[in-house]
Amino acid sequence: MNTTELQKKLIAAARSMAADERVPYAFEKRIMARLDAVRPPDVWSLWGNALWRAAVSCVAVTLLTSAWMLWSDHGSSTHGDFSEELETAVLVAADSADETW
Amino acid sequence: MDPTDPELIAAVLKGDAASFEPLVKKYLPRVFATARRYARRDSEVEDIVQEVWSKAFLKLSSFRGEAPFEHWLMRLAVHTCYDFLRAHQRNRETSFTELSDAETGWLDRYVADPDDASESAAAAKQLVARLMEMLSPPARLIITLLEIEDKSVKEISALTGWSVPLVKVRAFRARAEMRKCLTKITRDKYL
Repeated sequence: MNTTELQKKLIAAARSMAADERVPYAFEKRIMARLDAVRPPDVWSLWGNALWRAAVSCVAVTLLTSAWMLWSDHGSSTHGDFSEELETAVLVAADSADETW
Repeated sequence: MDPTDPELIAAVLKGDAASFEPLVKKYLPRVFATARRYARRDSEVEDIVQEVWSKAFLKLSSFRGEAPFEHWLMRLAVHTCYDFLRAHQRNRETSFTELSDAETGWLDRYVADPDDASESAAAAKQLVARLMEMLSPPARLIITLLEIEDKSVKEISALTGWSVPLVKVRAFRARAEMRKCLTKITRDKYL
């Protein structure tokens, strides 16, 4: 048998086959869904979101602390002059140093 | 007016991933046709096609726009198909006893009278598909591009990234390998 001729005939058979360009229904949607999964995360937007969340938390803590301070100032009558208390607190270390020497 | 390929690519690179969908829709049939040349099962063809588009999306920034997007995409598709062939080459050994009755009948007709065996017969197409599966990955790739898709050596070189002399050497070896496989199929019965 002449295999070279047979080879030519089989290649002609392969050439006669039209390219099969059929696409399954909505396959492009499947590809886009897969791309969402493989897409690398956007570092800047992740960082920006994290910063915004942190900023909101900080504002909330500040407001709560301010409210608590105001409320505790109004609620207690035993507090003296704030500047006096601060001076005492700051100078405690100096007083104890004097005693030591 | 629909946006052009370079406009869509620029939009994708700026972060608008949705602009990739029209490109997918436009070139999907060609990618499917290419994948079907190298894989038979639908699931394998779909895996190859998805892989091609994933690579295209992730490597889009490397597309420099010197050649049309379609050429760049086809190069990716051919590389992905070649990787698929190399990954599945263990399964390509087929023996003569596995030939179907229709294929054996077509070969019988060819032996009796070569002109009587039509190349448009379904059995001839099955036989050539079987023969292609027996080839090594580089041989199958070269035979498909050179003999079936009728591409020039230069075009194959551009698609595969192999040098022109390497394509010529591989084409010579591929034809010899194909003849060897054909002899293996026909030896027991006809030689």
